[in-house]
Amino acid sequence: MSALAALIRRDIRIALRVGGGALIGVLFFLTVTVLMPFAVGPDLALLSRLGPAILWLGALLASLLTLDRLFTADHEDGSLDLIVMSRTPLELACAAKALAHWLAAGLPLIIATPILGLLLNLDGTATLAVAATLLAGTPALTFTGMIGAALAVTLHRGGLLLAVLVLPLSIPVLIFGVAASQAAISGPLSFGTPFSILCALSLASLVIGPFAAAASLRHGLD
Amino acid sequence: MRLSGRNLKCVRGGREVFSGLDLSATSGEALAVTGPNGAGKTSLLRVLAGLLAPAEGSIALEGGDAELSLPEQAHYLGHRDALKPALSVMENLSFWREFLGGDTLDADRCLAAVALDHAAHLPAAYLSAGQCRRLSIARLLSVRRPVWLLDEPTSALDAAGQEMFIGLMRDHLASGGLIVAATHLPLGIDARDLRMGGAA
Repeated sequence: MSALAALIRRDIRIALRVGGGALIGVLFFLTVTVLMPFAVGPDLALLSRLGPAILWLGALLASLLTLDRLFTADHEDGSLDLIVMSRTPLELACAAKALAHWLAAGLPLIIATPILGLLLNLDGTATLAVAATLLAGTPALTFTGMIGAALAVTLHRGGLLLAVLVLPLSIPVLIFGVAASQAAISGPLSFGTPFSILCALSLASLVIGPFAAAASLRHGLD
Repeated sequence: MRLSGRNLKCVRGGREVFSGLDLSATSGEALAVTGPNGAGKTSLLRVLAGLLAPAEGSIALEGGDAELSLPEQAHYLGHRDALKPALSVMENLSFWREFLGGDTLDADRCLAAVALDHAAHLPAAYLSAGQCRRLSIARLLSVRRPVWLLDEPTSALDAAGQEMFIGLMRDHLASGGLIVAATHLPLGIDARDLRMGGAA
């Protein structure tokens, strides 16, 4: 247990230091969201209708941006060899790394959502709904993204491949995340239905992600 | 404790690196793996470390902890030092000490043993290649593992560093440890020679 805590602490520490990339994700999220009103035009009704979708897309792309370093950094400096050899099961180590990534790169996105909601003319309830769906849905993005990161670990320019591999897998999360936010804002569906499916997607990826990532890491090491 | 490999064969990228290789080493013994570049020294160490699956043959460790596999009882010191430039020397060492677990030794003492105690709070990004190697060696000391798998351990070390490392290897062997080292240079300790790639 202390081994996993040490791994989580280390990954968060690296992410928050210079060049770590945790803040890069938030900045990217901010940039995408700020650009949207300029592209869409000053139609406030349209902006607030598109708002949840824009925030979700921004969060999805921002989390992809930092995911490709999840295993490559450890692979390049040889740490991954030692993690694979260690007494900690690789599945748990993968889960710990994904959790650390979510805490360092996913949580700041959710904290930034209320401020970005203002730029998209979302009112209080709408912003809260989007933040709640992001809180429930971003773990699914991280844990399915981890599978792609593990598959692309030995490739030097794996970032693009990662996007191609992971984006199709995140379509269900995107659909139910935006659906739940829309339901909370305008109805007619109740918020609970798509939100429970979103939570279910996160829970399923929490189980599948570490096993799939560990399997592909074991296979891919050379 | 006895480490043995029988009839090992390794294939990488469709090419046979070595085959029919037998090896054995017992507690207190060092095995120096020598041979020209590309003979498969690193591949052999990675097979022993469980990072590459052998195409044929078997590896066994007798007399160790029956609950643990060979990689879990081994230290691997590869070409790369497994250090994070953003973390300080002490943070790097304490992470591996906590993560690898088992019997651990005080981190300050390990740093002192490799003469890095003055740099404990320096980010690892500012270390020279030799200092990085010293920090990796401190990792071997900080957690007790009976088997050491070393790949060119003394590369980048200065003369004093090599002297120091020879002393550390002697201590490890004296305490019942076992070393398999791939090297071009003489190890500086009594070691049995395993010559690879002679025929190729």
